Amino acid sequence: MLLRHTTDEATRRTALTVNPAKTCQPIGAMYAALGVHRCLPHSHGSQGCCSYHRSQLTRHYKEPVMAATSSFTEGSAVFGGQSNLLQAIDTIFATYEPDVIAVHTTCLSETIGDDLVQIVAKARTEGRIPEGKDVFFANTPSYQGSHITGFAKMVKSMVDHFAQPSERPAPRLALFPGWVEPADMREMRRLAALLGQDVIMAPDTSGVLDAGMEAEPSFYPAGGTTMAELRALGSCRASLASGPSASSLAVQALEGKTGTRYETVELPIGLSATDRWIEALRRASGMPDVPAHVRWERARLVDMLCDMQQYLYGRSVALWGDPDQLVSLVEFCIDMGMRPRYVVTGSSSRSFEERLAAVVAGRCPEMRVASGHTADMLLLHQWIKQAKVDLLIGGTHGKYIARDESIPLVRHGFPILDRVGHQYFPTVGYAGGMRLVEQILNAFLEVKDATCPEESFELVM
Amino acid sequence: MNAPLKIDAEATRAELLARYPAKVARKRGRHIVENRRSERPEVEANVRTVPGIISQRGCTYAGCKGVILGPTRDVLSITHGPIGCGYYSWLTRRNQTRPPSPDSPNYMTYCLSTDMSEEQIVFGGEKKLREAVREAFAQFKPQAIAIHSTCPVGLIGDDVHQVARDLREELGINVFAFSCEGYRGVSQSAGHHIANNKIFQEVVAHTAPTAHIPAPEGAFKVNLLGEYNIGGDAFVIEDLFERAGITLVSTFCGNSDYVSMAQARHVDLNLVMCHRSINYVAGMLETSYGIPWLKVNFIGAAQSAKSLRKIAKFFGDAALAERIENVIAEEMARVESAQAEIRGRCAGKTAMLFVGGSRAHHYQHLFSEIGMRIVAAGYEFAHRDDYEGRRVLPNIKVDADTRNIEEIHVERAEDHFVERRDEAVDARVSDEPGEGFGEYEGMMVEMEDGTLTVDDISHYETERLIEMHKPDVVCAGIKEKYAIQKLGVPSKQLHSYDYGGPYAGFAGAINFWRDIDQMVNSPIWQLIPAPWDRPAPPPSLEAELGPNLSSITE
Repeated sequence: MLLRHTTDEATRRTALTVNPAKTCQPIGAMYAALGVHRCLPHSHGSQGCCSYHRSQLTRHYKEPVMAATSSFTEGSAVFGGQSNLLQAIDTIFATYEPDVIAVHTTCLSETIGDDLVQIVAKARTEGRIPEGKDVFFANTPSYQGSHITGFAKMVKSMVDHFAQPSERPAPRLALFPGWVEPADMREMRRLAALLGQDVIMAPDTSGVLDAGMEAEPSFYPAGGTTMAELRALGSCRASLASGPSASSLAVQALEGKTGTRYETVELPIGLSATDRWIEALRRASGMPDVPAHVRWERARLVDMLCDMQQYLYGRSVALWGDPDQLVSLVEFCIDMGMRPRYVVTGSSSRSFEERLAAVVAGRCPEMRVASGHTADMLLLHQWIKQAKVDLLIGGTHGKYIARDESIPLVRHGFPILDRVGHQYFPTVGYAGGMRLVEQILNAFLEVKDATCPEESFELVM
Repeated sequence: MNAPLKIDAEATRAELLARYPAKVARKRGRHIVENRRSERPEVEANVRTVPGIISQRGCTYAGCKGVILGPTRDVLSITHGPIGCGYYSWLTRRNQTRPPSPDSPNYMTYCLSTDMSEEQIVFGGEKKLREAVREAFAQFKPQAIAIHSTCPVGLIGDDVHQVARDLREELGINVFAFSCEGYRGVSQSAGHHIANNKIFQEVVAHTAPTAHIPAPEGAFKVNLLGEYNIGGDAFVIEDLFERAGITLVSTFCGNSDYVSMAQARHVDLNLVMCHRSINYVAGMLETSYGIPWLKVNFIGAAQSAKSLRKIAKFFGDAALAERIENVIAEEMARVESAQAEIRGRCAGKTAMLFVGGSRAHHYQHLFSEIGMRIVAAGYEFAHRDDYEGRRVLPNIKVDADTRNIEEIHVERAEDHFVERRDEAVDARVSDEPGEGFGEYEGMMVEMEDGTLTVDDISHYETERLIEMHKPDVVCAGIKEKYAIQKLGVPSKQLHSYDYGGPYAGFAGAINFWRDIDQMVNSPIWQLIPAPWDRPAPPPSLEAELGPNLSSITE
């Protein structure tokens, strides 16, 4: 057994996390910053932080993940990291010529109290930031929140630093996609266009972390939100946060800075959450009706679910991952007739369990939920050992439980380290919902094909 | 002999440095050296990386928890710090392990962390650490627990060593802690050192917790130091030793367990695979227990054979030597047919290697065995002796960063010291340069004149080198792989082996050659430009095709 020391007894733990269902803030900040055009993320801390984040993002995307580090040593830990960051800014602009550097802090630089406001101001007054270039930053101490917090804070700092108020708002929507895949961001943009809505999306990792093989390679891929677009966020007529955990901070900051009214909806994963997201976009665009193309996409998803209900209804599922994904996935499972039995996220969020309760609306009383400190994959596995489920939905770390317990795994969320597809094919929107249904159905049907008695082996299913 | 590779090393070096700010160019210039075997040029290594330059390097914690403690299946590692460090080092190195039975402990699939939050940063984390160790013991019942410190731990002043001592007493198991905060050194190398020092003190030499562990049985007893069983490399070497009748007592640390490490002092000979990460442990084992060491290399078929023969010479036993020759003969039969076939498709192609602290050297042998040539190579975290040989050790400047890493000085352990060397043994062991006891000649002396050594290479330098010299394959790590491939050149990961391997020994050599053959000869690299973007065929060809085509249409 791969997880041979896990038993069905859920021992009480207050201090020890085992097999976490979250990671730390800076990786989220790095992912968000990669969604800015010609931006080099910079990790203000030890070399290992940057190395770990780049490695994990690379394993997930199979793409270059470029970022620099302040390379703290014992001396910088004692005397502060100012000289390291100033030197890094010089070296980066000379060597890699980005348009902008997005600095995020780490537990190290936060614990010693490095003041990024002061250091970046010093870099500016000393002329270290070339004309037309920029440096902005987010405080992302690893000892608070999770990778989702780090993402949310970096997106907020894009608003804080760049967005400019405008006397004459444009009929554009500031669309904050949340921590989703490049393909999801591209799909959101496509759906917005179908609804006649011009958007500025921040960040936008499409064309960055799903960039193709070009005959003329470039260190900075073609994608990403430009600095001009980030400035223009402030002239958008309204803003939309997709997923409260990842995007609320940004829309609130934008309202505070420019008075832009906002709406916050759950991530458009699955049927009902996509319905609400589409409605929100339609309200923003002022389009009287949802256009036919979008209706047809929805109809195809519902058709697929009607046709294949027999394989889905009543099947139990355990899910883990990030709050925004989980709320919408749980709702989708219920829409499909499935029973979400266990839901675990290491990210603590006061509203997470309330949001879950709102979408479940009493329809799944057996559902057990854990979030925050010590809500981890050991606990999830212990629950599964107490009462098994039919399906697992979550990131790659779940494959160890899947194999030990012989439960099929549909990979969704971050990280997916052992399969491709997540970066290329969206799971948001109705078409994305169809991809999820395909994966879930295939998982059940593969199990049936592999394990049923020979006389029950079916040609047609 | 091949014609020299046509590299203008001086021009290349100038191009790599051209865009840097002057101070950075001066610093980096000392890391970029043209190889001249007769001159043994000096290369700067194991110094601070320039902030912002985009380095391959990781941190001290990664070297300690990830590299050294990671492969030992039954020492339960707890990361004391915020969640990230534990999370990123969870199953991301490919140290394979084979517990002897389904009931034997194996903690390698578990990631344990104190998930430090702001409250501990402000008020201290010792209380939470103590509780976490107790909870870990309750869940797993290990015989040893290792506590790893992350950056904030040293800053807030948690005394992890006192916590370890207290809990050793309380729980009745071996508990030890590492001050391996990420900022301690200039690279992972500092973490290797911190980890190995502690393992030596607390497991190898510490008699109380290991008193119940018996001396190992068997003839021709050796330890293998610096073999981490990536992709199953150690399994291949274990198999070779078993067939030859060599008793492998302990491996540091691939496929290892606590008991075998505690038995390490009972062997006749230490074999050092990765000189960088562990040569000082070999030194301590020699001083304390009288165990001499030889540098070996099980990467490359000829190198594997040579390493086995070194062991035979040391023991001077005719039956052992015969068994070793039989094993080599059996293996070489398979190796030679694969080698001949693949060499035909790969000979003359070129490679670059920028990785690790010994791999950039060892893997050059595998390439040369299929006729591929190395244009440039360098390490991520090596020291000068790994490049230039151990003869430079007395001349290496000890800087402030090196002084931060505790240097432990061991004494002869009178109760356990056995003199293994005598005139007869010394006469058998080669006195060729680099072949004798405690010797290593380093990477540079084996590279062709006029090629380049680049230490701690930056991303910028990697790109320029590839553009200038268009190698057929570049060996590096996960962070570099896809950036290199975007330049149209396949990249082989030599940390994770691209999830393949094993690459050690004779069977491993064949695996590696097949993988390289696939990479450098795969048709996909030719298909990157779309047909409409490819250069038009030369006019003469069009002229030739013209009449033929027109005759067809007629």
